[in-house]
Amino acid sequence: MIKIENVRKSFGELEVLKGINLDVEQGEVLSIIGGSGSGKSTLLYCINAIENIQGGKIFVDGIDVHNKATNKDQLRQKLGMVFQQWNSFPHLTVLENVALAPQIVKKMSKEEAIEIAQKELKHVGLGDKFDMYPTKMSGGQQQRLAIARALAMRPDYMLFDEVTSALDPELVGEVLDTLRILREEGMTMICVTHEIAFAREVSDQVAFFHKGVIEEMGPPEQVISNPQKETTQAFLSKVLS
Amino acid sequence: MDYEFHWNIVFQKMPELLQGAFVTLHVSVLSMVLGIAIAVFLAIAKMNNTKPFNYVAVGWIEIARNTPALFQIYMAYFGLGAFGIHLSPYMAVLSALVFINAGYLAETFRGGFQSIPDAQYNASKSLGMTSFQTYRYIILPQMFRRIYHPMTNQFVWSILMSSLGILVGMSELSGETQRLQSLSFRTLEFFIVTAVLYYIITKFVLICASLLSKRLFKGEI
Repeated sequence: MIKIENVRKSFGELEVLKGINLDVEQGEVLSIIGGSGSGKSTLLYCINAIENIQGGKIFVDGIDVHNKATNKDQLRQKLGMVFQQWNSFPHLTVLENVALAPQIVKKMSKEEAIEIAQKELKHVGLGDKFDMYPTKMSGGQQQRLAIARALAMRPDYMLFDEVTSALDPELVGEVLDTLRILREEGMTMICVTHEIAFAREVSDQVAFFHKGVIEEMGPPEQVISNPQKETTQAFLSKVLS
Repeated sequence: MDYEFHWNIVFQKMPELLQGAFVTLHVSVLSMVLGIAIAVFLAIAKMNNTKPFNYVAVGWIEIARNTPALFQIYMAYFGLGAFGIHLSPYMAVLSALVFINAGYLAETFRGGFQSIPDAQYNASKSLGMTSFQTYRYIILPQMFRRIYHPMTNQFVWSILMSSLGILVGMSELSGETQRLQSLSFRTLEFFIVTAVLYYIITKFVLICASLLSKRLFKGEI
């Protein structure tokens, strides 16, 4: 379970998160929607401690993420993350991209790591691309590679930061299909997304972020189909028009 | 044209020319190895902003990049001599080349480091890699590829600039040529052959570097 309690985060003078509270249960999918600058991506970076926080607490399976005594490298093994800009490692083959972390972080044998890597690559539909270099692949394929790379660490949670925003429109579908597969397999996920239709389809909960606070949160039928707050209505009418 | 070429003398003296060419290669290889080692420290010092190391680094880099190699060699040979530090011609040229290589390569390394996007660090972190693992497996291999060709250029530059050793009486390829032509007065012949030898050395280095890069670097950056 991921528990976020009154989290505050500032970049210098600018406060981007102004007291965020939310819980994500095991097996649940939470989608975070909202305009740019609303703090939704920043929250993901705070959950796996890539960014620090100025107030509040974040717990992942009861572990206090931002406690000084917490081993952050170890904690991050629980949390797979996929970024907006597909950042594959360009000097490694597709297979090596996925097999590297299990080998050096989890200290698996090479054979074991390669076996897992092959399995995860097939999982995301890249079973025929093992020896390719990522720069030769499309954005959609690179993004699926990034998903396989995160999954190979056997995380308990997956964090998706606008994973389709940088893609050409015709490539968005293949990445969303991969997320649907994960959802069916019961993966716990937090998706920061602009794909409202997708959020409505797969989420158990939707949170609408506005200027660093959660304006509205609840099941998609409520937040997306029948928003109560004016800000939510304004945002949705803009993105859905 | 009245000039009559006499190549015989040049071929007789070929072993001595080749000996000089060996010294040229020797001093430039050594200047690169030492230059790279110092450049790593200069680059880190300049990026780190820790006083006084960054002042030293900035001063070193500025002087090395913005003054002539000739000046460096004169300073090492005659300048230090004035303070009672007497370097041999070989040591004077070597230290000048090391000084310049370190200055240029420091900027190359700094550029290499800064050209790796933050996203690569975040992706590595998110997979649970430690800082050491991130540098060892992700950042340095990519940086090395990016600075490989600038480093090769610097090597070629060192080979060619070592010819300034002629001015302090060093017995590298140009120095030997100067000595041999003054004994035989076949100036043109000796310098033509020497030019060809320089060409062969630098081509050899470039071809080796390019073959090596094909073995080392398979993906694209």
